[in-house]
Amino acid sequence: MALIVDKHRPRSLDQLTYHNELSDRLRSLAQSGDFPHLLVYGPSGAGKKTRIVATLKELYGPGVEKIKIDARVFQTSSSRKLEFNIVTSVYHLEITPSDVGNYDRVVVQDLLKEVAQTQQVDQSARQKFKVVVINEADHLTRDAQAALRRTMEKYSPNLRLILLANSTANIIAPIRSRTLLVRVAAPSIQDITTALADSAKKEGWPAAAGLHKRIALESGRNLRRALLMYEAVHAQNEKITDDTPIPPPDWEALIGQIAKEIMEEHSPNRILQVRAKLYDLLTHCIPPTTILKTLTFKLIALIDDDLKYDVIKWSAFYEHRVRTGTKVIFHLEAFVAKFMRIFEMYLMQMDM
Amino acid sequence: MASFFDLKARKAAAANGSAPKADDKKQNTRRQPWVEKYRPKTLSDVTAQDHTVNVLQRTLQASNLPHMLFYGPPGTGKTSTILALAKELYGPEMIKSRVLELNASDERGISIVREKVKDFARMQLTNPPAGYKSRYPCPPFKIIILDEADSMTQDAQSALRRTMETYSKITRFCLICNYVTRIIDPLASRCSKFRFKSLDQGNAKKRLEEIAEKEGVGLEDGAVDALIKCSEGDLRKAITYLQSAARLVGAIEKDQDGGDAADDAMDVDRKTVSVAILQEIAGVIPEDTITALQKAMQPRSAGATYQAVAKVVEDMVADGWSAGQVVSQLYHSVLQDETIPDLQKNKITLVFSEVDKRLLDGADEHLSILDLALRISNILSGKG
Repeated sequence: MALIVDKHRPRSLDQLTYHNELSDRLRSLAQSGDFPHLLVYGPSGAGKKTRIVATLKELYGPGVEKIKIDARVFQTSSSRKLEFNIVTSVYHLEITPSDVGNYDRVVVQDLLKEVAQTQQVDQSARQKFKVVVINEADHLTRDAQAALRRTMEKYSPNLRLILLANSTANIIAPIRSRTLLVRVAAPSIQDITTALADSAKKEGWPAAAGLHKRIALESGRNLRRALLMYEAVHAQNEKITDDTPIPPPDWEALIGQIAKEIMEEHSPNRILQVRAKLYDLLTHCIPPTTILKTLTFKLIALIDDDLKYDVIKWSAFYEHRVRTGTKVIFHLEAFVAKFMRIFEMYLMQMDM
Repeated sequence: MASFFDLKARKAAAANGSAPKADDKKQNTRRQPWVEKYRPKTLSDVTAQDHTVNVLQRTLQASNLPHMLFYGPPGTGKTSTILALAKELYGPEMIKSRVLELNASDERGISIVREKVKDFARMQLTNPPAGYKSRYPCPPFKIIILDEADSMTQDAQSALRRTMETYSKITRFCLICNYVTRIIDPLASRCSKFRFKSLDQGNAKKRLEEIAEKEGVGLEDGAVDALIKCSEGDLRKAITYLQSAARLVGAIEKDQDGGDAADDAMDVDRKTVSVAILQEIAGVIPEDTITALQKAMQPRSAGATYQAVAKVVEDMVADGWSAGQVVSQLYHSVLQDETIPDLQKNKITLVFSEVDKRLLDGADEHLSILDLALRISNILSGKG
């Protein structure tokens, strides 16, 4: 049984429930025959991918839904072999170049050139060009982006690119100026509750407007997360009412626990205990930025208003360190220690 | 394969081949970016660089040219000017053998650039066909255009020094760059410098309106002004935005398929490019959002500030605005705010510089923007 996230995913532009204006624009682009390169950006769970798949369907018809997964082997200049997975249909292919880390340039160059030099096989295809969807384009290295730049111009008759990114900050300016920027904003709380209600109707679950609303608020305007949470609630409880508790994900619960421990005691001993938990999170592949961010916002909720400014300041500082440094745990612990110190100082001032 | 040696068959094949090619070409101009399509054809077409154009036109008459160094911000017409000049000097036939255009960003290796430049500079001049000279001046030298010269390495630049002098009889160089400081002194002193200033509003506006009219794109009132504002004096950016916007609203398709402009003028429900669409394409954050953030940053009791700022920032991040854009727009609006004393502005600018660096390093956008806003509000309240 598929998850409701996948089961109820809209398949065509008509079925999309929010950002109707954007859907209309995408439709008119798809129908115009002059389809530009696209750079689609927005926060996760906003429906970027869903929109693009629907647009592809509008471009080529139902043929795009027949996909298969190819494993390809690429060879780098130092004759290292890279395994790389590609999702393809007759009309388009989808890649995630950041899978291969630093070697993404090789993949981008080889693969795109290969695609661009062959014409559309299917003579009855609606469009002459093929589409390459690049996921996580903001994680592409500078080299790979520079390689894209030439490819986009040179092979534009046979090839259109759709880049998906969370933010445009890491995309170099020449790429930005060659693509049509499409911003997909996160759905509003209202949009999410509507989507949840729709899913409930399709599944035959009893509607619980209060629960929908709470899930929408809890999800942080992330529709995917909201749907997963909704399904989790249903899987754990037999009977659903308006105030059924929403179970947080394990890692979030653990971070909440860390926050509580940090608040309780400020000693080197406590840092040691916290370290074990942080390692636990890291070994479960929770990204350090997520850990730091969640921890910060959990702590913010617990402390006095006067301190919030300082905490945010240091949190941003250590987050930057995490990015530029190599050893993540140092900076996470440094943040914990810093927080304890700020908090202790504050308490001492209060006493005086 | 046998037909390879048969001249007649080859000619026939070429003729056959050329027919669809012409069709292709037509297709190409239709799909061509407007930036290329509306590149100025002659020197006098170049907008808003009167001083430079005047000097160049005089050299055109005198048929002599110094080495040149063009510098200025992107999108001001540096490349267009030299290309137009070359076209006027040599005409369509000689331009191929007399002008070498090298774009530093696609030919990376120094050795390649060096070889290519030197070989071309050494090459003897070919004589123009008879009668050609009456139409075009065809002065007795070649031009080497080095575009984006500031991305050339120091070594590559110093390699040019001698080359420039040795072959100066038959070759002129034109270096194009954004930052004149990145060109080494010995090279700069060998060239006469031309500064390209940012386009002023009036000229840019005229040009954009002209293009819009030629392409049959309907523009809403104020759309051109919005376009100029978004593009910050960069005409190329403005034209690209215009084309994307036109595509997005589907305003061009009818014109080009129908091919009859008069018909379309009658079309009542022709779509127009609105200010909102342009801003959306440029990724500009609406004025209201920035004002809301600024309002939230105003000093009040500490707790309330945090709540207000956090709320606005969260919404901004969820709406997917790029942090870089937030930083630059907020920067402009803070700078122009007369109510903030200079001393505070100084401090605020420091904060901006730090956050900008962090964003470039790939720090988390949500935290960085929140930090930025809180720190500014702290400074505004006189505590920082």
